[in-house]
Amino acid sequence: MIVADWRPARVLEVVPANTHAKILRISVPGWPGNAAGQHVDIRLTAEDGYQAVRSYSLASYGPDPVIELGVDEVPDGEVSPYLVEDAQPGDELEVKGPLGGYFVWRPGGEARVQLIAGGSGVVPLIAMARARADAGGPPFRLLYSVRTPDDALYRDEVMRLAEHGIDVTWVYTRGGPPGWTGPIGRIGPNALAAATWPASDAPDVYVCGPTGFVEAVANELVQLGHPAQKVRTERFGGA
Amino acid sequence: MAAFTRGFGARRRESDPNLPPGQYLTEDFPVLSAGPTPRVPLDSWAFTIRTEKGEATTWNWDQFQALPSEEITTDIHCVTRWSKLGTHWRGVSLDTLFADVNTDLDFTMVHSYGGYTTNVPLEELLDGQAWITYEFEGEPLDPEHGGPARLFVPHLYFWKSAKWVRGIVMQAHDDPGFWEQNGYNIHGDPWKEERYW
Repeated sequence: MIVADWRPARVLEVVPANTHAKILRISVPGWPGNAAGQHVDIRLTAEDGYQAVRSYSLASYGPDPVIELGVDEVPDGEVSPYLVEDAQPGDELEVKGPLGGYFVWRPGGEARVQLIAGGSGVVPLIAMARARADAGGPPFRLLYSVRTPDDALYRDEVMRLAEHGIDVTWVYTRGGPPGWTGPIGRIGPNALAAATWPASDAPDVYVCGPTGFVEAVANELVQLGHPAQKVRTERFGGA
Repeated sequence: MAAFTRGFGARRRESDPNLPPGQYLTEDFPVLSAGPTPRVPLDSWAFTIRTEKGEATTWNWDQFQALPSEEITTDIHCVTRWSKLGTHWRGVSLDTLFADVNTDLDFTMVHSYGGYTTNVPLEELLDGQAWITYEFEGEPLDPEHGGPARLFVPHLYFWKSAKWVRGIVMQAHDDPGFWEQNGYNIHGDPWKEERYW
């Protein structure tokens, strides 16, 4: 996989995902396509030549030259606040990618797939769920942990995944939706075991989210008997 | 020159001459790992160097701790674009570990508990350029950051500083390791931005 140089790109559409995140659709002429789960580097250039680069996971997959990012605003950041608060259709930026060859799902395999997301970590898993919904394939489950329903990205799309045979379990760590009678709080080993494919099914597991969430979940999965090589992780933020 | 991004640049980070191109400063210590964090008990830990002649030089934890160690103060640079300046580490120099190793080969594959691998030319591990570290900022190295011990080769991007290191195997060729097979550069010099293939 040879990564080309920076590609000029243009923002096509900016859609609110929640109060602190946006979905951005970006046209990238010459985009070579990407597998579900890959990411890109985004470069912004100020008028005086100052540049900043950050990596973002793609919610899109396949050959379409319009890529999709789900960006959560990092309060003291410099790129995500621009993308969430300032970016408008027509704005120009640059894209390098696709990047990453490990945290990916490709149709054609037979292993069951367990997706586990914390917060904005759902973005690359949305790409995998879309790829599975389009291509069919092995059984998928998604466990999505958010502080409150309003903190979810792709909430409506996640709600509709059941139509494509993808079983979804929500975990609310601070507060649930109206009428919610389930538990509130971080997911523990028992609830994790109940909401995910057991190790005896030998699923491929993808975990993406903040470092603390991913560390805790990945450790519990190993305790539940999943071989470490079957648990692929992507972490963001400090430890 | 890239096209300008309208309205970008109001929020910007301090620049620093010690920052390689395309990097930004962080005070955090982010974690990049492809899978769960291995837990390696000290009483079963070992570090082994294997040569083309089949010879293995092995240290258990007590033997490793008895080797002369060095304090290292340096900057670290992650391919995911964060850099952390002036970090403090303690470890054993690879010069010490290779002192009695006889090999004619020029390349190494570094192996970790959990199965991670990374390739580094031998000459980039010697002459005061690399250590096996076990303390960060005066504390035992956290498992999330590679404890009990990680390779520390800070002049390359930090994925080369293999966490949970268990050994080095001499190689005839510069074969790619784990991330090098998954899109990252075979060498990884941050000052040349050797990030990707």
